[in-house]
Amino acid sequence: MSLLQFMFDRRAEILDLTLEHLWLVGIAMLVAISVGLPLGILITRSPALRKPVLGSANIMQTIPSLALFGFLLPLPFIGQRADILAIVALTLYALLPVIRNTYAGIEGVDPAMVEAARGMGLSDRQLLLHVQLPLALGVIIAGIRVATVISVGTATIAAAVGAGGLGSFIFRGVAMVSNSLIMAGAVPAALLAILADVSLGFLERRLRRGW
Amino acid sequence: MSTVSGPPPTIEFHGVSYSLSDGRPILHPLSLSVEHGETLVLLGRSGAGKTTLLKLVNRLLDPSGGEVQVNGRATSGLDPIRLRRGIGYAIQEVGLFPHLTVEKNIGLLPRVEGWPPERTHRRVSELLDLVGLGAGLGSRYPHQLSGGQRQRVGVARALVIDPPILLMDEPFGALDPITRTEIRSEFQLLQRRLKKTILFVTHDLHEALHLATRIAFFEAGRLLGTYTPAEFLGDPHPMITAYRNAFDAGPQSRPDGSG
Repeated sequence: MSLLQFMFDRRAEILDLTLEHLWLVGIAMLVAISVGLPLGILITRSPALRKPVLGSANIMQTIPSLALFGFLLPLPFIGQRADILAIVALTLYALLPVIRNTYAGIEGVDPAMVEAARGMGLSDRQLLLHVQLPLALGVIIAGIRVATVISVGTATIAAAVGAGGLGSFIFRGVAMVSNSLIMAGAVPAALLAILADVSLGFLERRLRRGW
Repeated sequence: MSTVSGPPPTIEFHGVSYSLSDGRPILHPLSLSVEHGETLVLLGRSGAGKTTLLKLVNRLLDPSGGEVQVNGRATSGLDPIRLRRGIGYAIQEVGLFPHLTVEKNIGLLPRVEGWPPERTHRRVSELLDLVGLGAGLGSRYPHQLSGGQRQRVGVARALVIDPPILLMDEPFGALDPITRTEIRSEFQLLQRRLKKTILFVTHDLHEALHLATRIAFFEAGRLLGTYTPAEFLGDPHPMITAYRNAFDAGPQSRPDGSG
């Protein structure tokens, strides 16, 4: 039986798991952005926090993903539900690129431009909102793009703790030594990653050359 | 010069000095006042401390010693944001925001000041007209303009909320000599119409002679003195003579061209 036929027969389940996968990644990215963006901005203002924040985000990325899921498992509340556990783990992975690029993007704005903005009487907030963030947006989106692509891949491992997603096919396939089952998870996951990469890449290019 | 009791000087430097954090002096203590409505040109070589002095006025830098007063009040006691809104600031073309159109560049300050959009729009058209740019340029981005156009936009932006004081740091610095001469003449007309108090930094002697009511000459962080353009052309001080010679400008090159 061909792979296409195999996948077509299971299209309903593939669609379900794909949506579940997207949900895990989507929520994790939303949390990572709403935490990482302010953190990135914060460390441009207080250099004392720069090392600890970037350092811990860095360490998070060095922990093997399967181990991270394991570490979180015994924690109260987080370990209670598989989907929450998976989202927390994915968020922790996504933080570094978001924080780092927010920081680098803002720091990369021409100092002469910042001085011109201050000289005309913009407050710190207005400077951030009207000058620094718009000019850093391309770099920030690039970080979100990297984080999203990583998350789509890492989320397949979430099935190991029962959080579902396309990893379910892969783990089942490995257990049953069925390449077709593995492919039924791997192919949609790869397509999702490519889709995220291309669409965010498009957005990034638009923003970088938007003027 | 008679000292009849008129309005107080607009900007006063009282024994102002500035050093880097490692103690290296950039400006040695100096006192200087800028009278209401005059254009004081800070002239000198690169690194003479002209830009530093300018930044001490709008508190982009704070003096290491002495006191800067604007309209009779020490700037150290003023909110830097409020202070800066009353002082237009125009610098070399790097100052335009690349992600904003000309209209939005000029209109940024009105926007954060909470002007209604129609008022901002009217003001922007008025200013584009004033600096000799067509209203059609409002929707362009800075990179779509020529160097001369960018400089004009920079001047327009500095004027937008009609500040009584203008600080200009080599505003025409990045231009070719012909455009520079053109825009300088236009600025001269503008200057007469607007009657602002202007502190103007340049290293270009011709620019200084054309625009200045007085010239403050700087050398290696020290203020050598202030001169009218005529006095500057006749002053025998060796450093001033050397500066004039570098620009090939003797007493015969009068700013009004009558030489």
